[in-house]
Amino acid sequence: MQHLLEIVGINKSFGPTRVLKNCSLTVNPSETVVVIGPSGSGKSTLLRCVNLLETLDSGDILFEGENITKSRQPAHLWRRQIGMVFQNFELFGHLSAVENIMLAPVKILGLSRDDAHDIAGDLLRKVQIPEKADAFPDELSGGQQQRVAIARALAMRPKLMLYDEPTSALDPEMIREVLDVMTTLSAEGMTSIVVTHEMGFARRAADRIVFMEKGEIIESAGSDQFFNGTVNERARRFLDQILH
Amino acid sequence: MSIDLVFHYLVSPNFLRGAGMTLMLTVASLFFGIVIGLVLALIQESRTRAGRIVTLAYLWLFRGTPVLFQIIFIYNVLPSFGIKLSAFVCAVLALSLNEGAYMAEILRSGLQAVKKGQRTAALALGMTSGQMMRLVVIPQAARIVLPPMGNQMIGMLKLSALVSVIAVEELLLVANQTASADFRYFEALTAAGIYYLAMTTAFMALQVLIETALDPKKRQRMRRASLTERMLGITEPFAVR
Repeated sequence: MQHLLEIVGINKSFGPTRVLKNCSLTVNPSETVVVIGPSGSGKSTLLRCVNLLETLDSGDILFEGENITKSRQPAHLWRRQIGMVFQNFELFGHLSAVENIMLAPVKILGLSRDDAHDIAGDLLRKVQIPEKADAFPDELSGGQQQRVAIARALAMRPKLMLYDEPTSALDPEMIREVLDVMTTLSAEGMTSIVVTHEMGFARRAADRIVFMEKGEIIESAGSDQFFNGTVNERARRFLDQILH
Repeated sequence: MSIDLVFHYLVSPNFLRGAGMTLMLTVASLFFGIVIGLVLALIQESRTRAGRIVTLAYLWLFRGTPVLFQIIFIYNVLPSFGIKLSAFVCAVLALSLNEGAYMAEILRSGLQAVKKGQRTAALALGMTSGQMMRLVVIPQAARIVLPPMGNQMIGMLKLSALVSVIAVEELLLVANQTASADFRYFEALTAAGIYYLAMTTAFMALQVLIETALDPKKRQRMRRASLTERMLGITEPFAVR
């Protein structure tokens, strides 16, 4: 089976700080990979590199076998195949929920407004807030905003979804509704990389857990093995810290 | 003191022409001022070293000298370099160049007020940087810059009176000339004042209209009927599952 994504020995520094040190990771189609680790360990940077929002110092990223970091195809064309969800939702404030979802399909893919409207309607049903179609971001709760943001990313029919701490900015009672949507998507076979501190979600939805610390991938193990089996000492310590 | 004479001045061809000239000066200078300001703001936004130096020099020059100085300078100095322009063109040129410096700062603050995450989200969807500016940044910045731009619109109307020094027949010059012919200052200046107030009132109304048009919620309320129609006619209603 061909890997969907292959990260090969990537390095990234911000000034003197080495944020990613020789990181390698492969993701298979339909797999959900959860990336955990202390803050500042480079998890978000890793995601941003996959979406070409950061340029690498060295290393390669292969998407469906093609090296996207050294591709002649411009970055924005690769990004259309990769959806991203942010900690702070980043819905466009001047557009309603449905318009947020329709914007990229209409303006980038050239869909008709009616077709895009249909797709947006389906997606809003999928994320369980069809009644909020005409609401503006500032009229939605955090959980609702994040679900619209997921729908907005899905509207481009991405082959890979990246979630960058999608529930970290949410009140506790809203975390569940967002995780439920993500769990459903993963179960349906959407390939995903999720940076999160939600261990419950990791147990439930992850095929594989990646533990990062200080810019290095310390451990990459199947979910069962990670939670029940023997793992790296540092990963074990981190788990103990956040579970107790 | 004669109210009849004020009225007579108000409808006289001279005053009408003067008011028309003031309006033309204002609108033309605002238009070119906004264009210059937008170009400068986008150059600054691009964060190149050369761009920063150019815009800084521009702002330093045109904010650092009086507008009156710039008007007189352009009118009197350009001809000695063989550039012969009409007084009106000189007036618009000077006012636009000056306005551009202030507009650049207003527009830049608007662009910066749209947070970085919004740009990242636009890029992550696969937009080019041009699409990002056009579809995400500028629509949101426009709402932020409108109130200070309204100030500039009204300020420009009043600033246009300065070009009377290079004999452009605008409202104040007409009023002053009329008054000095027969010393009816009160009547002539009152007539001019009424014109100025009428035009600033119109500008303020225009600002309210644009603010409503740029407010997505108010806009949506106006459009809701057709959207509902479309939802019922072509697609299933959202609320039904």
